[in-house]
Amino acid sequence: MADGALLMAGELILGAGASGPLLRLTEPVSFWGGVDEETGRIIDGHHPQFGVCLAGTALLMGAARGSSSSSSTLLECVRQGTAPAMLLLTERDTILAVGVAAAWEIYGRGPSVVLLPRPPDAQNGERLRVDQQGRVYAARQS
Amino acid sequence: MIRLSDDETGMLAGARGPAAALSMRVILAAARIQGAERLLPIESAHVDSCLYHGPSSLDFARALLSGGGRVRVPTTLNVGGLDRSRPDLFAGPASHGEAARQLMDCYVELGCQPTFTCAPYQLPGRPAPGTDVAWAESNAIVFGNSMIGLRTNRYGDLIDICAAITGRVPHAGLHIRENRAGRALFTVEQDALSHVDADLLPALLGHHVGRRTGTLIPVLDGLQAVPVTEDWGKAFGAAAASSGGVAMFHIVGATPEAPDLATATQGKIPALSERVSGADLMAAHRQLTTGTPADRLGGVSIGTPHLSAEQLGRLAAQLAGRRVRVPTYATTSRSVIASDPAAVQVVEAAGVTIIRDTCTYFQASFMSPDGVVMTNSAKWAYYAPAKLGCSVILASQTDCVASAVSGEITLTSHHG
Repeated sequence: MADGALLMAGELILGAGASGPLLRLTEPVSFWGGVDEETGRIIDGHHPQFGVCLAGTALLMGAARGSSSSSSTLLECVRQGTAPAMLLLTERDTILAVGVAAAWEIYGRGPSVVLLPRPPDAQNGERLRVDQQGRVYAARQS
Repeated sequence: MIRLSDDETGMLAGARGPAAALSMRVILAAARIQGAERLLPIESAHVDSCLYHGPSSLDFARALLSGGGRVRVPTTLNVGGLDRSRPDLFAGPASHGEAARQLMDCYVELGCQPTFTCAPYQLPGRPAPGTDVAWAESNAIVFGNSMIGLRTNRYGDLIDICAAITGRVPHAGLHIRENRAGRALFTVEQDALSHVDADLLPALLGHHVGRRTGTLIPVLDGLQAVPVTEDWGKAFGAAAASSGGVAMFHIVGATPEAPDLATATQGKIPALSERVSGADLMAAHRQLTTGTPADRLGGVSIGTPHLSAEQLGRLAAQLAGRRVRVPTYATTSRSVIASDPAAVQVVEAAGVTIIRDTCTYFQASFMSPDGVVMTNSAKWAYYAPAKLGCSVILASQTDCVASAVSGEITLTSHHG
């Protein structure tokens, strides 16, 4: 049915149900200095995904990197509507989660933050959905 | 499940006002991410949230102020968006400058001290080794943990002020001794040390180690012949925290929790063990240098992180009686400036602009370089190309000064 295929059970730390196309970061990115708040694009010239837009994606992150100002950058991305739809974390990254927590406090909206035991088995661009219990689905037919 | 004390439960319920309750909710979100079972009292905080990132920065600070927010522990402030003593130097949009100034004021109003420096470890009265603190600013975090022996996680914007208001952080990560063990061993080959200028060694080594170590705490061995001063540790840490997520490092025989390798690793076998060669350091130098010696010199930037008193004195000695021919900036804190007025006078007489309260690579606020910029900072070299749209040459302070004075890129020392 419309739920699609259950990929895995994660832990929903913040936010609500959400969906977006999967984007795997091939290397960690620092939001501060690395992501443009106005467009949501990666502007770090050292990053292999330079120019890729993070807005509205189901962003799969490994380890965080770089500046501790990234919470603020993410909060500003939420204000400008350029934030990812959800952060799928395989590492316990506090800096981005705090930006999200502040966004929900100040604006009542923001990405959902899901802690995953491992990366989901899905293709880049495949539409993922997370529910209130932290279960991650692919939109494809099972 | 997170167990809260009566005081913490009260804060969450609003007993200390809406701002403390909001702050507790943010702290608890972080605690859930980290899997913490309880919170931990802190003795002080260093807050980075006073740097303006857009209207959302003010929205958040004003929500705390209107909720009766007030810091509960001694709290210093990181850099803001402009030099409050020299508003004339701010070249960004006036509305942006005004918002940046208002944000800095908001954090002073929340009870923070107007220190406005990215190097709180250079302020008088820094915390004692072993103290639990909540420090933000990546270079300060790595310095505090590694060079002083403070206990702090990588606190960032927003959670820093929430920790200061509640006096609490999640009991997790680097606050717990077992998590402070070195897990990635980097053995520096002795001939690598002769491949690079001694002045640039910590920056290049930091950049390399930051890229290689991932989430593991690095231990450096083989540096027994290198004088690891506080300025050395500062340059290394700032580089490693820019190219990677490094929050702590050990240097065998030099840093407080690494009298020997076994102590640094807490007796565990490293998960990663690598040698660092001269070729690795030269590769780091190439990665941090986007300009070429044939380029036109557009400016020079020294002091990222903020110059220490020793570094300011050295800069003054190098500049005495000379005059720079390109826009040259030296960044430091009010505290360091006040400690050595004679050095400040010499540096300014040479035509160098001293910037306080802030940093020069924030989006064209100070520098709009017409040409390549030289710096001795790996952190500046890492971020400026994206932030300012300029090319960068990473060079020793001696070469940066010589170039500023001649007006042309001058690379005299060994640059691989």
